Order: sequence, then structure tokens, then C-alpha cells
Amino acid sequence: MSAVASPASQAASGARARTFNRIVIYGLLGLFAIFYLMPLFVMLVTSFKTMDEIQNGNMLSLPHAPTFAPWIKAWSEVCSGLTCVGMKGYFWNSIKMVVPAVLISTLLGALNGYVLTKWRFRGHTLVFAMMLFACFIPFQSVLLPMATILGSLGRFGVTLQNATGFSFGLGNSTVNLVFVHVVYGLGFTTLFFRNYYEAFPTELVKAAQVDGASFFQIFRRIMLPNSLPIIVVTVIYQFTNIWNDFLFASAYAGSGDVMPMTVALNNVVNTSTGVVEYNVNMAAAMIAALPTLIVYVVAGRYFVRGLMAGAVKG
Amino acid sequence: MSTVAETQIKLTPEHDARPGASVRSRLQDLLPKIVLAPSFAATIVFVYGFILWTIYLSFTNSKTFPSYAVTGARAYQRLWRWTFESDPPSSWYTSITNMGIFGFLYILICLALGLFLAILLDQKIRGEGVLRPIYLYPMALSFIVTGVAWKWFLDPGLGLEQTLHQWGWTSFHFDWIKNKDFVIYTVVIAGVWQASGFVMAMFLAGLRGIDGEIMKAAQIDGASAFQLYRRIVIPLLRPVFLSAFIVLAHLAIKSYDLVVALTSGGPGGSAWLPSNFMYEFTFKRNEMAVGSASAVIMLMTITAIIVPYLYSELREKSR
Repeated sequence: MSAVASPASQAASGARARTFNRIVIYGLLGLFAIFYLMPLFVMLVTSFKTMDEIQNGNMLSLPHAPTFAPWIKAWSEVCSGLTCVGMKGYFWNSIKMVVPAVLISTLLGALNGYVLTKWRFRGHTLVFAMMLFACFIPFQSVLLPMATILGSLGRFGVTLQNATGFSFGLGNSTVNLVFVHVVYGLGFTTLFFRNYYEAFPTELVKAAQVDGASFFQIFRRIMLPNSLPIIVVTVIYQFTNIWNDFLFASAYAGSGDVMPMTVALNNVVNTSTGVVEYNVNMAAAMIAALPTLIVYVVAGRYFVRGLMAGAVKG
Repeated sequence: MSTVAETQIKLTPEHDARPGASVRSRLQDLLPKIVLAPSFAATIVFVYGFILWTIYLSFTNSKTFPSYAVTGARAYQRLWRWTFESDPPSSWYTSITNMGIFGFLYILICLALGLFLAILLDQKIRGEGVLRPIYLYPMALSFIVTGVAWKWFLDPGLGLEQTLHQWGWTSFHFDWIKNKDFVIYTVVIAGVWQASGFVMAMFLAGLRGIDGEIMKAAQIDGASAFQLYRRIVIPLLRPVFLSAFIVLAHLAIKSYDLVVALTSGGPGGSAWLPSNFMYEFTFKRNEMAVGSASAVIMLMTITAIIVPYLYSELREKSR
């Protein structure tokens, strides 16, 4: 800007540059929004199209005659390998696995966090560090021993079944997956609650002790009622992770009618018998994505907080 | 990470040390440890014990089933030999080369794109509340769903290529997903799509945490916007870079599902990462010892990144 320009023209050109900047910024942000939305958009519109329209139409166009048929087929008829019973059974498998695993790991995480902050003992840092490191291991390094153990427990379950008529859940894929997800989710849930309780006023706990409250009374009456935000964060984090897990699911429940949703979806998409029905595949993918997407839409704020809790300095 | 934050204050209540303390009060003293014990024991057995077990298996001759006679470092010798077998590439060579390409590009692009978007979003944007969730939602999807969506989008006969042909750009050609030399780059695209919004959120949180006074002072001193970011803001975001790097590195090494869903391993296994190598060799090719050895190598790689990080966090906080 030249030094002799009048203040008025300077301001005008400044405003022009500013407007230009704004347009560039909004333009870039818009372009990236399209980039992020594109796959979901394509998946969604494809799931409402007929096969005819998919083969002859444009991927990005809206469906001419929206049809729910692909969704219905995906839910109740689609083939995973040679069994054609739809995704509904696998969806319930996932629900039956996710709910107990999330509840148990969250409760244990809360108790662990409580002990590690308010009832410290010698070596509590080491205990925590060891549990924390477990969050980061590649699960490939425990995959095989766990498979061996679950296999033996399953055989023991059969023996028990024969002897007592009841297998106590041993050898049941859902029980196995709940167990696995609880064990390998403990590091995260403990981390979340420990960080949260670290900032919780210890005076309250001490005062309650003076009044004669017991360990569990303090936990139930003082800690839990004040833990709602971190409970929401933990539940969402665990729900998303466990629902989306593929590695454990494919290793320990990789075939038959015990598969969770992710494994079933992968099988459906890779089933190559007959014509590939892309609309049904996309509807199946949407069904698999919906639970976590809904959680994200409803409680996005907590979702982000959970993701960052393990990463950003508090 | 305040995860390993270490306050030196002793918070344990005073113990009832009187010799006549009742059994009940001693039990009360032990109770916290009893509550923690199952979780800690599970970690010891199912994490550390299993890691040792995997290490042990990697020194045996296990094929389809575990065998417990130690036969030496044969599995590692084979992996070592395969590391240099580039023509034709061994699966291990492909896996680790892909890991290098994928890890490098995935982390770099996610960091760059995340920072760029965060800076753009930090310019007092109207509609930030709409844009932020749009950038971030892919993180809620499973790798399998991401893979299915991108597989369709990148398929030459169905997706982008076909669409552009219909729009008149008939010479457009994009078949990376079917090309053994380029398939790994499609994994990068899908991976970046999924994680970059999350990195954006981390940087945005970091930007919002910067003291406004510093920015103002620099502006008064006549720093241009570019200078402001280069000289002041980005250096202040160093901890976020580190955290994001740790998260991304750890996601990259663990990526298994994405390769499976997006490429089914790619033509001739050309999209494999070490995690796919491990799974295939252990469960499909009946080379359990080799699979275990590759898992051990993955674990060591992550440990080399994570342990110094956790250690420095721990020391920093306890100082």
C-alpha cells in the first residue's frame, strides 16, 4: 500500500482485500466440506436407487424413484457368504456384545480411576503406567494367545455342558468378545476416569471419610453423581470402538451366525455369488454405520472430548 | 496428556495403625487394592503375559497349531531375508514398504490438512458449528464402512472415473484401487479422509487455548498473518503436533480393517500392511511362528514411539 494513499482509499482497499480473503476462506472450507461429505452422500443416495438406475445413471444424482427395497433386503435377506438372512441377526449380535462390554468396562474404569486418585498406594503410578501402555499395543501381539485360551475355554465349556447341562457362557462367541473388549478397553476407561477424578476435590472425599462413609459409599454417593460428563464420554468412546472393531471380531467370531456387524458387512460386500447389488451393499453399510453416526450426531461434543482425552494435554 | 500426571501429594487417608484395629477396618484399608486387583491382574496376564507368549511362539516352529519346542530365531531370519527380497517382492517386503509409504503420507497429510483446516476455521467463521461436525464425522465410522464407501467411490467402473466420463471428461483415468503399484495410495486417501477431521479438532482446541494477548502483541508489532502463524502460533502448537503424531502413528500401525475392506488386500496382496501380513500368515497360511515374529516387530515399533513419549510426560509432570 503506497504511503501517499489517503486514509479513506486505504480503508477501501483494505476492505476489498478482506472480502477477497473471506471468499477464499469460505470457498476452501466449502470444498473440504464436499470432500468429507461425498462418500456418505454417495453411499446414501446409492442405497435408495434401483440397480437399473445405478448402472445407467450418475453416481452423484439423486434417486429418481427412491426405493426402500435395498434397505429391506439388506436388513432381512442379503447374503453373507452362503447364508441369506440379512443383517438383522448380526446387528443384534453387535448390540448383545456392545452393551455389556461398555457397561462392565466403564464401571471398572470408574472404580480404577477412583482408587488410583483417591486411595493411592505405593506404586500407583507404575500400576497406572502399565495399564496405560496397554492402550497402545498393537492387538496383533495378543491375538494368538487369546485365540488359544478362548479355544480351550470353549472346549471346557463343552465338557461342562455335558456334565452339568450348562456351559456357563464358555465358548459363546458373544461372551468371548465381551470379555476381550472389557480386558483391552480397561486401559482407556481407567485413563478417562483417572484424569477426571484427579481434578475432583479430595476434601470432599476426606470429609465423607471423617463422617464415617465407607469406600463404596463415597463412590456411590459422592463420586458417581458427579461423574456424568466423563461417564458419557467413556460410554460413547467405548461404544464406538467396540461397535467398529473388526480385528477381534474376525479372529474370534469370524464366521457363521455369531458374527458381529462389521465382519458380516465385510462378508456381504465381498460375497461374489450372482450379481453384485451395490444398492443393497450400501444400505448394509449404512445400517452398520447408523448407530455410531447417531451417537455422534446426538452427543458430538462428548464424542470429540473422548477422542481427545487420550491425546491432548489436560 | 495429563494421563500420567503425577502429583506428589499423598492423598491416602491416615491408616489406622493401632494394633487393636479390627479385622473389618483392616479390610477397609485393603478394599481399594482388592477393587483394583482384578483389572491389574487382567492387564498383567492378558496384555503382558500374552505378549511374552507371542514372543515365545515366535521362537518356535509353530505352523497351524502352537508348538512349544524352541527352535531358535528361524522366523526372524526368514523375515530378515524377506526384508531384502524386492524382486519379485516378498509379502513382508511389500508390507513394510507399504507401512513406510502409508505411515509417512498418512501422518504428514493428516497433520498438514488438520492444521490448515483448523487455521481456516479459526478465522471467526460463520457456520463453524455446521462445518466442524462435517469434517469430523468420518471418525465415528468403522474402517469397514469407510472402506466400503471408498471402494465404491474409487471403483473405475462405478465411481469417480465413470461419473467424470459421463460429464464429458472421457480421457479421465483413475484406477489406482486396481493397480498393484498404486493401491496403497488409495488406502492413504481413505485413511486421511477418516482421521484428518479429528486432527483438525485437536489443532482447533490448541489454537483456542493460545493466549490472545500474545497474538495481539505480535499484531501491534506489525507481524503479517503468515508471520504470526509461522513464528508464533505453530511453535506454540508443538505439544498438539506431538499428541497428534502419537495418535496417528499408533492408528497407522494398527490399521488392518481399512486395507481389508477397501482393497481386500489389493491385487496379489499388494496393499498389505504388517498387520495384514500377521493375520494372513497366522490364520490363513499356517505360519504361526512367522506371524508371531511379525507381531513382535510391530509391537517393538510402537513401543519405540510410545515409551519415550509416556516417559517424558511422566517426568515432565512430576518435576
